[in-house]
Amino acid sequence: MDFLKDPLKLAADWLIGLMTGWGMPEGVATGVAAFLGIFVLIAILMVIDIFLVWLERKVVARFQDRIGPNRLGPFGLIQPFADIIKLLIKEDITPANADKVVYNLAPMLSMMSVLILWAIIPLAPNILGVDLNVAALYIVATGAIGTLSIIMAGWSSNNKFALLGAFRQVAVMVSFEIPMVASLLIPTILSGSMGMNAITRAQYPLPFFILSPLAALIFLIAAIAELGRAPFDMGEAESELISGYNVEYSGMKFGMFYAGELLHAFTFGGFWGILFFGGYGLFGLEKLPALAFLDNVYINMLTLIVKAVIGYWIIMWVKYTMMRIRIDHMLAFNWKFLTPLSFALLIVTALVHALAKDASPWVYGLSMFLSNLVLGWIVVEFLRRYSRAEREKVEGPAKPAMEAAGH
Amino acid sequence: MTTAQIIFLVVAAVTLASAFMVVTTRNLIHAALWLVATLFGVAVTYALLDAGFLAVVQVVVYIGAIAILFIFAVMLTRKEMRDQGPQLNSGWWISALLAVLTFGGLVGMLWGWRGMDTLASEMPVGFDSINALGDALISPNAFVLPFEVASVLLLAALVGAVYVAFNPRSGDSRK
Repeated sequence: MDFLKDPLKLAADWLIGLMTGWGMPEGVATGVAAFLGIFVLIAILMVIDIFLVWLERKVVARFQDRIGPNRLGPFGLIQPFADIIKLLIKEDITPANADKVVYNLAPMLSMMSVLILWAIIPLAPNILGVDLNVAALYIVATGAIGTLSIIMAGWSSNNKFALLGAFRQVAVMVSFEIPMVASLLIPTILSGSMGMNAITRAQYPLPFFILSPLAALIFLIAAIAELGRAPFDMGEAESELISGYNVEYSGMKFGMFYAGELLHAFTFGGFWGILFFGGYGLFGLEKLPALAFLDNVYINMLTLIVKAVIGYWIIMWVKYTMMRIRIDHMLAFNWKFLTPLSFALLIVTALVHALAKDASPWVYGLSMFLSNLVLGWIVVEFLRRYSRAEREKVEGPAKPAMEAAGH
Repeated sequence: MTTAQIIFLVVAAVTLASAFMVVTTRNLIHAALWLVATLFGVAVTYALLDAGFLAVVQVVVYIGAIAILFIFAVMLTRKEMRDQGPQLNSGWWISALLAVLTFGGLVGMLWGWRGMDTLASEMPVGFDSINALGDALISPNAFVLPFEVASVLLLAALVGAVYVAFNPRSGDSRK
């Protein structure tokens, strides 16, 4: 039964037993087993990443009414492997006067900042790297390393467009970090912990997207900005900056940025699932006596992966259906709207939590949901008045006839 | 020597070496990047001491905000990013003196400390340091007063920064 309950520990124990049987000291064997675990995880992630390239190309094609890769293999599944071979055999160009060490370090840091996020993702209650008690902050800390890699790439390329792209991208990332931290604090308040496992467990019976739909929305917006994807793709903006911070990179070094971005989007889809949609839980279905067979490690892993893919699909959906926002609008949107809103939501959530935490879960959930609804309604009403005032500044007072016509 | 000691020595050596590079390298951006390495080394030291919260906050605040701000400041204020000017100004001996005095004071303080060669007591199983820290920060018996004073100070700094950046002639902040 161990194989169904805790396969990771089983495999680790077997490996350590095997190596100590060869005469290796137990401390060394544990270390080697841990390194092997990390290596296997990264290898699996890289394989997933290859298929994410295929998925992304296929989905964007459907959004644009095309077929997408369809020549190599069934459904074009071999296409990403051909892409990788192409990237590997391309000429590796380093621009003149580039800062060589920093230039080569940047793509590695970019990929690394995504991979280390997987240390805290719980695929199942016991399939996880480490159950950090500060996991929510850890997400923000890895974002800091990603920011650093972009500014390193932009500066070391010795190219105006790369530097401008890096400036704009970093301005966006540093700004949207604030609503992201505030929206990460809301699952922390609701569950009383920053650990990913505790947050997942606290979402039974009510997942947090019901308790706090506004926080889920703010986290999604901040995550898309953090990823630097459209409509927030200020760093790339190919019509203005050619390709932004990574314009000078060729071959696999560009591939690292590109694959890192796709894996990052997939990872944040996963975090959205963990923080607001119950993580590896099936919305309480697995707790029903008739469906008890669902409460097993493999179903848990599958659930989380499916949630991550759905989150990734939503991020793609936003990317391929929205226009790029101008940089001043984007920063004004963050500082004048999203940041105040997220702080207001944080205060309201903390207040409602303090008032209702001793009530039954259903009363607690209802009061949380209603407070979110009221706050959302206030925001929409405020935005309506604001946009009407702005329109009147330009067009003069609205005519009653236009009002009647439904404008 | 235990594994933890070896890791600590490696991390400490890397931290010190990159701190040395911060003050000796001639390129300002490189100095900022070496500073990032130094701060990361300090974060790893915190993690080795089981202070996970401090380690993560070190990365978020110092690397994610302050070091990025340094790099921005250098990039926006220097025309040429390769600095060729003198590395020292006329006040170098004052800062050298202060650094030596601080180091001497720290060494003197730790010299008489008995905690150096005694082992720290084991933390109880299930002890959540972040909960204890949160309780201590808002408990009247512990640090609520310094915590509030620090937050008021930061708020004052924030208001001051807005006041400095605000241009009264244009009437609003949007140019």
